[in-house]
Amino acid sequence: MTRRLLPSGESALLVECDGLDEVLALHDALAAERRPGVVELVPAARTVLVAVDPAVLPLESLATWLRRIRVEEAPAATASALGEAVIRVVYDGDDLDETAALLGISPEALVARHLAASWRVAFGGFAPGFGYLVSDDWVFDVPRLGAPRARVPAGSVALAGAFAGVYPRQSPGGWRLIGRTDAVLWDAGRPEPALLAPGRRVRFERASG
Amino acid sequence: MTRALVVETPGPLALVEDLGRPGFAHLGVTGSGALDRGAARLANRLVGNPDGAAIVEVLVGGFRARFTGGACWFAVTGAWGAVALDGRDVAPYTAVRAPDGGVLELGPAVRGLRYSLAVRGGVDEPPVLGSRSRDTLAGLGPEPLGPGRVLAIGAEPGASVPLIDQEAAFAPPDGAVTVALRPGPRTDWFTDAAQATLFEAPWRLSEQADRIGARLVGPALARREAGELASEATVPGSVQVAGDGRPTILLADRPVTGGYPVIAIVADSSLDAVAQSRPGQELRFRHA
Repeated sequence: MTRRLLPSGESALLVECDGLDEVLALHDALAAERRPGVVELVPAARTVLVAVDPAVLPLESLATWLRRIRVEEAPAATASALGEAVIRVVYDGDDLDETAALLGISPEALVARHLAASWRVAFGGFAPGFGYLVSDDWVFDVPRLGAPRARVPAGSVALAGAFAGVYPRQSPGGWRLIGRTDAVLWDAGRPEPALLAPGRRVRFERASG
Repeated sequence: MTRALVVETPGPLALVEDLGRPGFAHLGVTGSGALDRGAARLANRLVGNPDGAAIVEVLVGGFRARFTGGACWFAVTGAWGAVALDGRDVAPYTAVRAPDGGVLELGPAVRGLRYSLAVRGGVDEPPVLGSRSRDTLAGLGPEPLGPGRVLAIGAEPGASVPLIDQEAAFAPPDGAVTVALRPGPRTDWFTDAAQATLFEAPWRLSEQADRIGARLVGPALARREAGELASEATVPGSVQVAGDGRPTILLADRPVTGGYPVIAIVADSSLDAVAQSRPGQELRFRHA
C-alpha cells in the first residue's frame, strides 16, 4: 500500500491512501496511538488529515510518525471506545420502493439487507453529527436523487453511493430516504456529541410500533 | 448587578467569536473563531484578558452598544474607523474605560472590514463544545447579535490593564494586499501555466466573501487532472479551485471537507490580512 504525505499548511499534513479500507485502517492506527499535540484526525474517502499543535508535535515529527506507523490489515475491533451504536428505524421512507426497484430487489429485501449489515462510521463532514457508514456486507451502489430535496427531516435514514447515513437535523439533501429514527444523532451538550463518530460500529434495528 | 454590554444597533453582522472550536472536525464541526485572530488577540491583551477570551466581531461598522452594571475597559482593533464613546472619538487599538451607561459606537470602517471589540473580562456567553464562537455555517454558538441583545461580561481577569506608552496600531492596508502562499495538497492537479498565473495575476476579492470563504476575481486556473476529487479535509486559508477554474480562499467557517482541489494554502501570517480585505480590493500572491 502506498501512503502519500501532502502539504496542508503550517500545522497539518494530509495523508492520501489507496482507498477507503486503508483510510479506515490508518485512522484506527493513528487513533489507537494518538500522540500529544494532535489536534484533529479527520478521515475522508481517500485521505486522513492530521492537524497538530506544532509547538508540541512539529510537522517533521508528524511526518516521521505518519510514514512509520504500522497499519493492521483488518481494522481492530476495538477501534472505537464507544462500543456499538444501535439505531432503531421505521422503514417507511419516501424513496424506499423506488430505490429497491432501481436495485432490482423488493423493498423487504432492501430493508433486510440494511438490517443485516454490520456498519461502521467511515468519516463525517457534511454537517455536525453526520456519518458516512460503510459495510463489507453492503454490495449496493445507490444513485443519488436527480434533484436534491430542499428539506430532509431530521432522523431520516438514507442511502447514497456505497454509503448509508442518518440526517442529524433538517437540511437539504440528495440521498434516498428509506426510513426514519428517533435517535438523537447530535447534541452538542452531551460528552459524546455525535452518535456516529468515525470508527464506531453501527447496527440498525427495526423499531417496534 | 452584573456588568453587561447591551446591543442597541448591531450593524450588518456582529458575532461573538473567540479563537475557535478545534478538535471536532471529525464530527463535522469546523474550527470557526475570529477571522482576524491577531486582532482578537491584541484586543484581548490590551484589556488584560487571556488571548482566547470571547470578543465581538463587527462587520463594517454601524454598531452601537451600551455598557451597563458598572464601568468597563474595552479595546477596538482590526478594522480602522471612527470609534466613539458617548459621542466623543476615542483612540482605536488602545484600552479605554467606559463609564456605567457609556455608549460605544463603531463608525463605518475606512480600512479593513472587521472590528474586534474586546471587553475586560470577555464576553460571557455559554460555550458550545468549549468555544463561544459563532459558526455561521453550522449555526453553532451564540446567535448573531440583534438589537436589545444583552451580552454578559465575565469576571475581571487577574492581569491588570497593561500600560502601553505607544500606540500598537496596525491598520489594515488600503491598497493592494500581499498574501504569502504555501503549496497545497493538490498543486500538481494544475497546469504549470495555472501555477504561474496564481502568483503573477492581480486578483480582486469578489462580493461573495464571508466567514466561510472569499471568492477571487481573476483568470481561470486550468487543471491538468480532469478527474473528480473525493472530498477531503481542508485547513483555513486553503485556496480551493472550483470546476470553473475560479479560486476561493476557505476561511474559519468553511465546511470540514471540500470536493475541489486546493492549489495553495495562505500562510498563517497572511490569513488575518485576507480576513480584513474588502470586496474589490486587490490581492497579490507571493511564495511564502
